[in-house]
Amino acid sequence: MTQSVVIQVGQCGNQIGCCFWDLALREHAAVNQKAIYDEAISSFFRNVDTRVVGDGGSISKGKICSLKARAVLIDMEEGVVNEILQGPLRDVFDSKQLITDISGSGNNWAVGHKVFGSLYQEQILEKLRKSAEHCDCLQCFFIIHSMGGGTGSGLGTFLLKVLEDEFPEVYRFVTSIYPSGEDDVITSPYNSMLAMKELNEHADCVLPIDNQSLFDIISKIDLMVNSGKLGTAIKPKSLVTSSAGAFKKRQEKPFDAMNNIVANLLLNLTSSARFEGSLNMDLNEISMNLVPFPQLHYLVSSLTPLYTLADVNIPSRRLDQMFSDAFSKDHQLIRADPKHSLYLACALMVRGNVQISDLRRNIERLKPSLRFVSWNQEGWKTSLCSVPPVGHSHSLLALANNTCVKPTFIELRERFTRLYRKRAHLHHYLQIEGMEESCFTEALSSLSALIQEYNQLDATKSMPAEELPRLSIAV
Amino acid sequence: MSIVTVQLGQCGNQIGFEVFDALFSDSHCPQGLCSKRENEAYQASCKERFFSEEENGVPIARAVLVDMEPKVINQTLSKAAHSGRWKYGQHSCFCQKQGSGNNWAYGYSVHGPRHEESIMNLIQKEVEKCDSLNGFFIIMSMAGGTGSGLGAFVTQNLQDQYSNSLKMNQIIWPYGTGEVIVQNYNSILTLSHLYRSSDALLVHENDAVHKICAKLMNIKQISFRDINQVLAHQLGSVFQPTYSGEGSFHYRRNPLGIDWQVRPPLSGLPTRGKMSLNKEFHFNTSIANLVILRGKDVHSAELGAFKDPALYTSWLEPVHAFSVWKTQRAFSKYEKSAALVSNSQFLVKPLDTIVGKAWNMFASKAYIHQYTKFGIEEEDFLDSFTLLEQVIASYCNLGF
Repeated sequence: MTQSVVIQVGQCGNQIGCCFWDLALREHAAVNQKAIYDEAISSFFRNVDTRVVGDGGSISKGKICSLKARAVLIDMEEGVVNEILQGPLRDVFDSKQLITDISGSGNNWAVGHKVFGSLYQEQILEKLRKSAEHCDCLQCFFIIHSMGGGTGSGLGTFLLKVLEDEFPEVYRFVTSIYPSGEDDVITSPYNSMLAMKELNEHADCVLPIDNQSLFDIISKIDLMVNSGKLGTAIKPKSLVTSSAGAFKKRQEKPFDAMNNIVANLLLNLTSSARFEGSLNMDLNEISMNLVPFPQLHYLVSSLTPLYTLADVNIPSRRLDQMFSDAFSKDHQLIRADPKHSLYLACALMVRGNVQISDLRRNIERLKPSLRFVSWNQEGWKTSLCSVPPVGHSHSLLALANNTCVKPTFIELRERFTRLYRKRAHLHHYLQIEGMEESCFTEALSSLSALIQEYNQLDATKSMPAEELPRLSIAV
Repeated sequence: MSIVTVQLGQCGNQIGFEVFDALFSDSHCPQGLCSKRENEAYQASCKERFFSEEENGVPIARAVLVDMEPKVINQTLSKAAHSGRWKYGQHSCFCQKQGSGNNWAYGYSVHGPRHEESIMNLIQKEVEKCDSLNGFFIIMSMAGGTGSGLGAFVTQNLQDQYSNSLKMNQIIWPYGTGEVIVQNYNSILTLSHLYRSSDALLVHENDAVHKICAKLMNIKQISFRDINQVLAHQLGSVFQPTYSGEGSFHYRRNPLGIDWQVRPPLSGLPTRGKMSLNKEFHFNTSIANLVILRGKDVHSAELGAFKDPALYTSWLEPVHAFSVWKTQRAFSKYEKSAALVSNSQFLVKPLDTIVGKAWNMFASKAYIHQYTKFGIEEEDFLDSFTLLEQVIASYCNLGF
């Protein structure tokens, strides 16, 4: 069994991270009734004897003593991290695994990347090495950050290069929150563009998510909850947006609902690696199956169900509905329309009491309405994990490598160009040591090259699949 | 006469458990529909073949369990121990922490050499427990990374180290519509390597077994457990003891035995021009068929239809191509049961399909960087394609 380390960077990254750890504890508490420190829990948590002073005290087996998250918290402002450390989750975090500053990055990628990057490089390396040492077999770094700000965007992506150099064999999965159109940070297009170049070059896999989609999901749920037309109540723990049953029993903060969705995404992503099932899927299989070419590593995610109704009886029709929902626009965590674009590859990660025949039946049913690239007509990767998420009897996470991410990138490029043309706010960046105009132009061409790759693939959509001549053998 | 089983990867280990369970259940079946003496001889033979004895009398499967991550092996071990009837050896497993990531290259080029010594030592220990070795039964899937890549590596090693022993690989052919996206690459690499080192490849297609569960057994929600149990049942009916030449009570036949393989005539294969006009192209052309009959009336069964020349390729006399094994002892409480093992053209279509899809993907170079990262180059792919096209062509030519 392998371990993963979560690196949460910036305000957004840390808020999401906090929700993640909360829900992770809830999930493991539900599965691990006897409070034994087992391999599943060890993937994200250390078991520490708090009586031992100093660094020792890691216990590898037996009863759970005190769980510590395998996390590194980074923020250049103290507000968010301090709140976490004073909140109900304070004991879950190792106080030594923090890097904070006071002044913040001022929504400036260059400050986050260049200034704080060089200032904190040594400390960052030290904390990362420490967390790696605590792992028996470290497989994956999960980086959580936003693209539009300064710390998450700049320092978060600075980290990627450090990780690549220091831990080349460990996968780098990045969960990136992309700014929506009405973002109030004026310089977010610059920050996102500069961050994109780093993601292109140094991430193994990126899960782009945008706030608008999360918001839409919440609105949809609210509508369902308040409509009352179904008559039956929704199980509170099953809401993909809630922390019911978790530690944070206090009133939820405004972004908590949205952050919980992302937290659930990460839990479901890693479920088949942590828990048993009849068809396991480890984290290294995600990259292997979903990344046909190194640059095309952006995966569109969708989660279903969003809630469970209180009645327990689940006819198979509802199971099939879960599969249909996963491919609907409304369930995507980024505004995208995969059904009308081209699939390069698709992964279905199922949890709960679902068998291979259910999976096959639904793939057969949905296949005709989806367009796959000619060289990967059967591009499905599937996994079955027996343990369902809290509050549900089954769930599905669909990860798609699909050209439908292209509009997000094109829009980003447009917003960037509008600002850059007028050279608005550019001086804030250029005055930082190490920043030149070439940083911007290189980032722009990196993104354009990526968009071009997607364009070329889209062009093949309408072409008939050609049967290539096979090798002819003299018998 | 014992068989050492090597279970590789998730698939191999999940199936392996069901196989040993099926073999054990059948051999301890009180209703053998035969005499007590017959039943005892059968039981003893099965026991010696697949299990060794422990001090407290609990049979231990003659198996080595290999996987690159621990979840499945842990489950398999505990399932066996829980049953209380048989179990796996305490030290018969080899496990690592991080899997092969569905990457054939990783299984073959990284895990293989790294763990070669440990795995071969485990197998050696198991072999030493046998009075005499019939051969190896290796269970693996083609679609993943460990079963396929490491399986190919281990089979090669068995060929080098135990060149006089038979090796039969149980290959699981993945569902046509994806379990793993790179399954076609992994499959062609596996098959081309196994062709050079294995003696026999016993193939089960997930699609076919799935159909059996759905259509013949009417199972509504089919799980992998159901599929594996059907498979195990089939394998059991092939591997359980049958009479050797001497007749009843003598169970010394080697189930891995190559008496169902056939060699082409020394004078060479006939040229394509000759076509038998009498042949109606109804059947898959075979080069060897083995029928195994168990239970009531086995000695009076009419098998003439299997000796029809139309079943076989033109350069074979049916008498050389067809074999039958029998025992009066019933299998798994079925009064009469029959199994057919066939070396025929049945695999041409599935093989052709996989090669075609892999070729298509290869032409676009998709995913190749994942393999070259670990030392499997484009030439290795081309070699595999070449070899498999030859296999397809050879089987196709049987029809003439």
